[in-house]
Amino acid sequence: MVRQVQTEAGVDEKFVTRGFVGRSREPQSRAERIPPGQYETRDFPVLSAGPTPRVKLDKWSFSIEGLVKQKVGWSWDEFQALPAQDFLVDIHCVTKWSKLDTRWRGVSVDTLLEHVELDPRAQFVTAFTWEGYTTNMPLTDIINGRAFVAYQYDGQPLPAAHGGPVRLVVPQLYFWKSAKWVTGLRLMDKDRSGFWEQAGYNNHGDPWKEERYTGD
Amino acid sequence: MTPIEWQIATISAITPETPEVKTFGLSLPAWMRHQAGQHYDVRLRAPDGYVAQRSYSIASAPETMGRVDLTVEHIDGGEVSGYLHEVPMVGDRIEVRGPIGGYFVWDEKKGGPLLLIAGGSGVVPLMAMLRHRKAVGSTVPTRLLFSARSFDDLIYREELAALAADGSGLEVRFTLTRSQPPGWTGFTRRIDLPMLTEVAGPLGREPLCYICGPTLLVEAAANGLGDLGIAPGRIRTERFGPTGS
Repeated sequence: MVRQVQTEAGVDEKFVTRGFVGRSREPQSRAERIPPGQYETRDFPVLSAGPTPRVKLDKWSFSIEGLVKQKVGWSWDEFQALPAQDFLVDIHCVTKWSKLDTRWRGVSVDTLLEHVELDPRAQFVTAFTWEGYTTNMPLTDIINGRAFVAYQYDGQPLPAAHGGPVRLVVPQLYFWKSAKWVTGLRLMDKDRSGFWEQAGYNNHGDPWKEERYTGD
Repeated sequence: MTPIEWQIATISAITPETPEVKTFGLSLPAWMRHQAGQHYDVRLRAPDGYVAQRSYSIASAPETMGRVDLTVEHIDGGEVSGYLHEVPMVGDRIEVRGPIGGYFVWDEKKGGPLLLIAGGSGVVPLMAMLRHRKAVGSTVPTRLLFSARSFDDLIYREELAALAADGSGLEVRFTLTRSQPPGWTGFTRRIDLPMLTEVAGPLGREPLCYICGPTLLVEAAANGLGDLGIAPGRIRTERFGPTGS
């Protein structure tokens, strides 16, 4: 979405909002973990574009497809049997909240990719889901310990509203990239914008660069 | 691609809607036509460089040129909503950027019948849709189900009543979950399946649904509409607030 904005509308970086002081600042070490324009929340808000789907475990599978030598898929039981790890990560939602030290259990994307032989042309990934949502990211953003597929949150099975039975978690990108109800990853040679990426949101979504919306 | 630039808006009007809700009319140097349902980001900046940002839904119709109205609920302890409710006066300037969002939007081309379900200040983006519907003279059959705690918490109550009486095919139903005035004839409970059946039924099997409100209300309404056989692809949701769990 291209937006043409008149130049006189630009904002001088010295602008101060009259009478705004803000809440007391977080201790430095904690504040440093909050990206620009974000605030810390202790809740865990729910955001989805549509109804929470009722995922049937006996029909569920997770697959890795696209530019791989041979597509691989796991049933629910097979997926549970994969080597799992605990993850402690900070998450950042484009709607401005950040949540520090969230605890998850699931399978590293690296572990999943050990089961396929990647075509060297594979550079981009689309995560696809039970109900049809998609989101895209460069392969480099989800390998080398950067992303995992989670089925527990805070020691409990992941609730459906938060993406259960399993969701992708890509902590270093805005949280819409962490697709709820994920059912697989498709590897591609070209980038292909997903659901929110076609609806005004940034194609990449790095919170530290404040890549919120198209063109940021 | 060109980013959506920050701009300095001037507050041209502040209108109390309910005890906890105010509408801020913003004059924009770089106004751009929005789609009903979109939002603006507001950025506050303290003298030491500290910033806080939040998103607020646009209440006004896209046809209101040069200005947008943002309706803001005062959240307990809310850093930005608290500031907005207590400090600014007409003539003050404030940084904003928008319009933003491309899914929870409606215009006449999307058609209907239209089913809008709101909880509390979740009515704001739906009001933009109703104002747009009015501005373009649409007669798309439309029903709004609006849940609030009390009569005084019904944002836009009088305007909604007027819109519902204009003969364009809009019906508005209220439910008051905490207290009701004497003689109240609307619903008096949280949104449930019988209520959804009653409100959605006359719109047939394929209404286009927009639900906005607190998470629990949105979950209940979206699941209920699913139970009524409405396809998930016809149900668009926007949630706010904690999960409650």
